[in-house]
Parts: sequence; structure tokens; C-alpha cells
Amino acid sequence: MSILTFILVLPLIGAGIVALLPKSAKGGIRAVALATTGLSMICAILAFLTFNGAAEGDGGYKFYQKVAWVTALDINYQVGADGINIGLILMGAIVSFAAVCVSASIQERIKEFHFLMLIMIGGILGAFMSIDIFFFYFFHELALVPTFLMIGVWGRGEDKNYATYKMTLYLTLGALVALAGLVLLYVQSGAKTFDLITLTSQLRDNPLHPGTQTAVFGFLLFGFGILVSLWPFHTWAPLGYGAAPTATAMLHAGVLKKFGIYGLIRIALPLAPQGAQAWLEVLAWLCMGNILYCGWVAMRQKNLNLLIGNSSVAHMGFVFLGIASMNLIGLSGAVLVMVAHGFLAALSFGLSGYLYDQKKTLEIDQYGGALKQMPFIGTLLVMAMMAGCGLPGFANFAGEVTVLFGAWTSLPWFVVGTAWGALIIGALYALRAVRNILHGPLADSASNLKDPANYWVKLPYALLIASLLLFGIFPSLLTNKIQHSMTQVVESIEKGLDEDKVMLADEPSNDEGDITWAGQP
Amino acid sequence: MNIAASTLEIAVIVLGVVIMLADLWIPRDKKNWLGYASIAGLALILLGSLNMSGTPSELAFGNMYVLDSFAIFFKRFFLIAAILVIAASVEFSQKFQTGKGEYYCLMLFALSGMMFAASANHFALLFVSLELITITFYILTSFLRNQMVSLEAGVKYLILGALSSAFLVYGIALVYGTTGAMHFDALKTATASMTDNKLLLVGLLMVIAGLGFKVAAFPFQIWAPDVYQGSPSSTTAFLAVGSKAAGFALLMRLLFMAVPDIALQWEKLLMVIAGITILYGNLCALPQRNLKRLLGYSSIANAGYLMMGIAAMSQSGSSAILYYLYGYMFTVIAAFMIIILVMKHTGAEEITHLAKLHERAPGLAGVMTLAMVSLAGIPPMAGFFGKFLLFKAVLEQAAVFSSYYALLGVAIIGVVISLYYYFGVIRTLYWGKQQMVPEEIHVSPLSRVTLWVCSIFMIYLGILPERLMQAAVSAAESLKF
Repeated sequence: MSILTFILVLPLIGAGIVALLPKSAKGGIRAVALATTGLSMICAILAFLTFNGAAEGDGGYKFYQKVAWVTALDINYQVGADGINIGLILMGAIVSFAAVCVSASIQERIKEFHFLMLIMIGGILGAFMSIDIFFFYFFHELALVPTFLMIGVWGRGEDKNYATYKMTLYLTLGALVALAGLVLLYVQSGAKTFDLITLTSQLRDNPLHPGTQTAVFGFLLFGFGILVSLWPFHTWAPLGYGAAPTATAMLHAGVLKKFGIYGLIRIALPLAPQGAQAWLEVLAWLCMGNILYCGWVAMRQKNLNLLIGNSSVAHMGFVFLGIASMNLIGLSGAVLVMVAHGFLAALSFGLSGYLYDQKKTLEIDQYGGALKQMPFIGTLLVMAMMAGCGLPGFANFAGEVTVLFGAWTSLPWFVVGTAWGALIIGALYALRAVRNILHGPLADSASNLKDPANYWVKLPYALLIASLLLFGIFPSLLTNKIQHSMTQVVESIEKGLDEDKVMLADEPSNDEGDITWAGQP
Repeated sequence: MNIAASTLEIAVIVLGVVIMLADLWIPRDKKNWLGYASIAGLALILLGSLNMSGTPSELAFGNMYVLDSFAIFFKRFFLIAAILVIAASVEFSQKFQTGKGEYYCLMLFALSGMMFAASANHFALLFVSLELITITFYILTSFLRNQMVSLEAGVKYLILGALSSAFLVYGIALVYGTTGAMHFDALKTATASMTDNKLLLVGLLMVIAGLGFKVAAFPFQIWAPDVYQGSPSSTTAFLAVGSKAAGFALLMRLLFMAVPDIALQWEKLLMVIAGITILYGNLCALPQRNLKRLLGYSSIANAGYLMMGIAAMSQSGSSAILYYLYGYMFTVIAAFMIIILVMKHTGAEEITHLAKLHERAPGLAGVMTLAMVSLAGIPPMAGFFGKFLLFKAVLEQAAVFSSYYALLGVAIIGVVISLYYYFGVIRTLYWGKQQMVPEEIHVSPLSRVTLWVCSIFMIYLGILPERLMQAAVSAAESLKF
């Protein structure tokens, strides 16, 4: 049995135990949730440490396991890790544990909340380790109903009904469009399997017709794009996160939202590279929408959660830019940003949730001088905001700068826009939030704010900031792992694009001349 | 003559007659035992059906009746549906002042009609079995005879059902007039050379219209919401599951076995019917406040999804329909069981009556949530896998004929719309506003078992689809594409 299966199954077993416990056993429910997600996190750390990047058989996946599920359609339960998803699995497991830790503040219907949260965690972790495109989708959708119920029942704010419906409908639309793309891939490949390894090798040798690739990539781009809050389909995200309880926002903004990007990198790019090229320009423009437009929107926010929500949408633009670059450096940077932003979003929403629990509001003008009263939380919030605007030392910087390097060769003007958007706009709203909430004179009503007294309460925040710093100072921990697997993806892409040239060129002898010509400025 | 082939139907009819006779001697306060006896009898018949395989297929009654794996698949489906619905009827029958025994035996006769329909290989048997279903349902829908809504439902069903029968008979007459054949095998050879005979096409269209009434597909869906709302809840459950499935069984047999050459010309027509049915059902369900009426519109939408499988005209489309029907059966019966339990004493089944059910009866709220999630087609429920198979079947055809992309687009829009009202029910369960003093909820052991069975199968079919999938594929093979 693969260690990945343990990481996935532990939270689901936890959900099963929680369902059987009586309502009144609050301590038991918390203990089960903490123990299962904690163990799952330890397994993930072990997997990360023992992963040495050496590709064995099975398409280069380590910790590989395959169990037949529906033989008639060749759907298998298949998990495995390579350099691209090992970091995401680690990030997902750490954020999940942190989310369970901060849920101590939930006061009512504790049993139901923990049950739903553990199901959601199982779905999230499963989505990132599946290498069967059916299960990839299946696990992602497993998290949908818990999200809806958690925001609806435990959410906050006047318009939580609107927010939870908006989020659910958008996510379903995106998921169904992506499903159409995945099934189209299955149907058109002729491989008669949902197994990603077989599909990849099949399509590498017999690429799809360019028109079909364009259709497949279009479905996947917009389907996954809606899930990742690609501009202009992003409006569900800030609203939903603003209304969600802390743990849900952490899990969704931190981990689940990366699912769409992961799908684009893992499935759409290598299997339909010519389709990707056809959509490249559209994607580049839309990602500018994310970075610039959502950055501007974030600047105007008066509520801390909406600010973080919008800034998290803006950050997704970096990842899309990395994908649009379609080269090794840009794509590796995109994966780095995914991991880094997962930690960052979870940390930011965790902190804002702590503030909300103390003060029952997140309107920025109700705060002031909070750093005096809560040095620990305040310092972390400063660090989170700084990481958000790309300060070196945090993992975000490493990822964002790599993306910019990668995109420079093909999309220089977009890089200029992005850098401006990230550095100026990002710094503006982040610093303004820091000034208004933490610095300045003490707000009248601020007297009841205090730091957590208990080390256990501090643990999740410490864990997240430590991860951010670790991967910020030693990004090679991730990049070494990513590089090898991403090289294969990029090879697939380049081979697919070459195929195009061979198919279209009348005389293959011109190829060499073409390439040198293209290499000149 | 090969009477042995129809053992199952004969057993069901004998059971019905025994129940009818036993009703004469059973005292009034022990009538529930008739329900228990029916369930036990049907369970035995279901067990007996397990050692029938249908391969090679058998013919009986002058080849009017065929027993192949497709027929066996549907017969088991109808038997399971009837067992669950009768279990729900035992709970509901407390509302009947008289005629509890008749209710059970009418259900059994309707069941035998459905089982004959699964084996129909001749227009005469098709018509007779449909009439057996429809006429018993005229009575079953108006069984609450002291309530106006129930009578209204019965009359509406009677008038529109009679109209649809008229279409059906006229259509059959035209087909017979042009081809001289009533038998499906003979029709296949006869129609192969007359695919552009206008009179034949009109006749077949009328037959399809008649079947369209049964499955509540556009434009013959108008009766469904009123009848669903007015009928006794257990009747509605049987109507939604059994009658619809029988309609689809006949539609598939007719289109793919009797007139395959003509069916191939009608892919556009079937796609349009499927698309409009999906949109009509889902859009009209949005403003509904009555839960049974909402499920009525949802059943129209589901007929639309199932029509997608017909429009795909392929083996995978047909096996997807078969799979989808099983998931739909457990889901819908669970939902109606909750309606019966929670709204026992109120006349109108408003959605708001479910408000805060989560606090009063968390188990029931959980089952209702599972049912709504399954209807919405979200993993890990049965409804998801069924929809997945249907989408896959449509996309396979889209490779050949790109109009199928449009159908898929409509279906995706339909699913997103449907999420709004299905999740609206879930919202009411967990954080809706309570408007009246809630009724006391009492769940009898039989109802408890029924709910457990439905919930377990809703999840089982979503998580471990392998076995049913194989059965559906091998049943669809006898359609000979």
C-alpha cells in the first residue's frame, strides 16, 4: 500500500469515526480530527523527505498504487507522486492540519463541522495525488457539498446565502466544463482508458488533430479557469471566502483552488500542446485581468477578508502567466507559486479568522494599533502581507521571480505589467492594511484584543509561516524535485509542437533554417 | 408455446390475486400485513429472477414476448422498485380510510404491466402492457378519494393518458397499414427499405408521442407536475420510477430493435427533445415551493437527461440509461419516503415544512441531503456516475456529429440550474427558517430499513459501480447496435 493512500484515507477514516461518535463527545471529535490529519501530515512530510526524484517505471511516479475500479471503462484508483505534485500534497496536508487546529473556535454543531471538514480534506488530498483523470475529478467534487454546507451553516455576514450559492454554482459550472474536456480527451485519444500514464504516452506518439486539441484545451482552460478564479470568472472567490468560516477559507483558497492549475499543468498542457498554443494569447490577457484588475479591486476593500480574497485572486495571475510561458522555468515557477500561495492564503485567512473571533468584525476601520496588544498575531500578519507583495525570503518571492524570468522570453510586455501590478499595487494594499490595522493610534474598541495564550493555538500559524520561510530560503528543496518531472512535461509540449511543424511543413529540410531564424531577435 | 418464459409475471399476478382474496378475510386493523406479504412475495420472486440470465433469449406467445438480458435487467429493476414503493405505501396507507388491500394489489398489477412491457416484442403486447400500467395508475393516483387535489390529479392523468393511448393506437394502426407488420423483428426488415415513407414516419412519430407521455418528455410533459403533486406520495414515487422506466424500456426497444434505420435519421429530433426537456424541467422547477411539484419538474428534467442517452444512439448511451435509472430509483424513493414521514399530517407538502429538520431528525435530514446531492449529480453519489456515463455517451457521438456539443452544453446548463433548487432544499434542511410548529416524526422499522437500503445503494452505486455497470453493458448488448 502506498504512503499516499494513507495520506488520503486517514482523514476519511477520521470522518467515519466522527460520524459514529455521539454529539456530546466534543473532546473526542476534536482529538480524532487532529490525530488523523496530524498523522496524514506526518506521512506527507515523510513522503516529501523520502522522495528523491529518481524516476522509476510507471511513468515516473513514485509511491505508485493502482487498484482496478470499473474495468468496463478502464477507470482505476491510481495514486502516485512526482516532482510536480509532491510539494502540493505536502502543502495540502500541512494546511489541512492547520485548518483542523484553528477550528477549535467553532462552537455549535461541532460534530457536523468536523465531519464535513474531514471529507473535504480527503477530497482535496485525493485530487492532487490521483493520476486517473476520472478520480482526479471525482475527488475534487467530493469537496463541493461540504463547502456549500460549511459556508451556509457556519458562515458569517449578511449575504452568506448569496455567497454560498454563487460559489457553488460557479464551481459546478467550472467542474462540468472541465469534465467535458476530460471526457473528450478520453473519447478522442482512442486509448479507451482514464489512466493518465497510458493517455500521456498514447498522445505523445499519436497526437490529436490540432482542431480537437484546441477544443479540448478550450474546455479545460475555461473549466479549470473558473475553478481557479480566472478573470473574469473570479467574482465568486472573494465573496465566498469572505463569508466562509476560517477553516473552509483556508482549505479552499489555500489548497483546493490550486486544483484547476494543477489540472492545466498536468493534463491540458502535455496532452494538448497545440491547443495550448492556440489559446496562449487569450490566457495571457486574462491573467493580466487577474493581476491588474483584481489588484485594483483589492486596493479599494474595506474588509480584511475581501482584501485577502481579492489579493489571492490576483496572485493566481502569476500562475497563469507561468503557464502561458510554456517553458521549463515558467512552469516550475508556477508550481512554486502554487505551493507558496497555498501556505500564504491559509496563513492570511487563519489570521483574519483569529481577528474575527476576537472582535466579530473585519472592517478595517474598526481596527487600529492592534500590534501593541497582539504582538504575535500582529507580527505574523505583517509577515503575511509582506510575503504577499513578494518580499525576498518568503517562498512567494522565489516562485514569482521564477515565473517572471520564465515569461520574459516570450511575453516581455506582460512581465512588465505583472511586475508593476505585483510590486506597486500589491505593496499598496498590503501596506495600507498593515498601517490601518496594526499601526497608528489604538482604536477605542480595540481593548479586548489579545494574543493566544496557549501554544497549541499558536501552532498552526507557526507551522504555516515556518513552511513559507523554509521554502523561501531553500527553494531548491522544491525546485530540484520539480525540475526533473517538469522537464518531461516540457518535452511533451515541445514534441507536440514540433509535430505540428512536421505536419504543416511541406519540406522538412527547411526546419533548421526556420529555427535559426526564429532564434534571432 | 413457452409459458415458462413468463414465470415472473405470472408469479406477480398470482401474488396480486392472493392479496386481493386475502383482503376479504383480514381484519381492518391488520391490513398492513397485506403490505408485508406483498413485500415478502416480491422478494421471493426477485430471488427467483436471479438465476435467469436471458442468454440465449427465449420467445413466447407467438414471439410477442421476448426474454433477453435487457428484459431481465428491467424486470429486476421493476421488482426492486415495487418492493421499496410498497414499503413506503405501508407508511402512507395510514391516510387511506378504505381500500388498503386494493392499493397493494393494484400496485402489483401495475408491476406486472411494467414487467410485460420490458419483454414486449410486438405492438399488441406493447399496447396491452402500457394500458395495464396506465389504467391501474388512474385508480392509484386518485386513491385519496376524499381529497380534491387527488381526484384532480386522477382526472388529469385519465384525460391525458387516454389522449396518449389514442396517439399510440393511431400510430400503431398507421405503421401496420404501411408495413403490414406488428412484430418488431418483422418491422425491422419491413422498414429498412421504406425509411422515407411519410405515412410510416407519421405513424412512428405518434407512437413515440404516446411513449413520450409516459416518460414525461417535452412536449408531452404537461401532466407531470399536477399529477405528481396531487397523487398519494407512494403512487407518485411509483409513477416517477416505474412508469418512467417502462416508457424508456419500450422506447429503446422500439427505436433500436424495431426501426433502427429510421431511428438513425431522427438523431436531431431526439436531441432537440432531450435539450428542451432538460431546460423546461429545470427552469420550471426553480420557483417551486411545493416539494412534490418540484420533484415533478425534476422528473421531467431527468427524462431529458435520459433522452440524451437515447439521442446518442449507441451501446454506451443505452447502458448509461440503464445505470442512471437504478441510481434514480433509489434516490427518488428515498426522497418520497422522507416526504411521507415528515409531512404525514399536512395537506400541502411545502419545502418550508422541512425547515430545521436537521435539528428534529438528523438522520432523515442526512438521507434527504444524500438524495438531493445524488439528484444534482455530485460525487460520490449514484446520480453522478449515471450523469457521467450519459455525458460520455454524448461526447462519443460529438466526435462524429458536432451538434452533440450543443446538447452537452444544454445539459451542463441544466445541471447548474438544477443545483440551485436541489441545494435550496438542503439549505432549508440545515438553516431554513421555521414557520410553523413542527409535526412529531415517527419512523417505523420498515421505513427505517427502506431508508437504509436506499441510502446504502445511493452511495454504493456511486462508489463501486463495477457490478451494475457490467450488468447494464451486457443488457444493452441485446439491443444489437
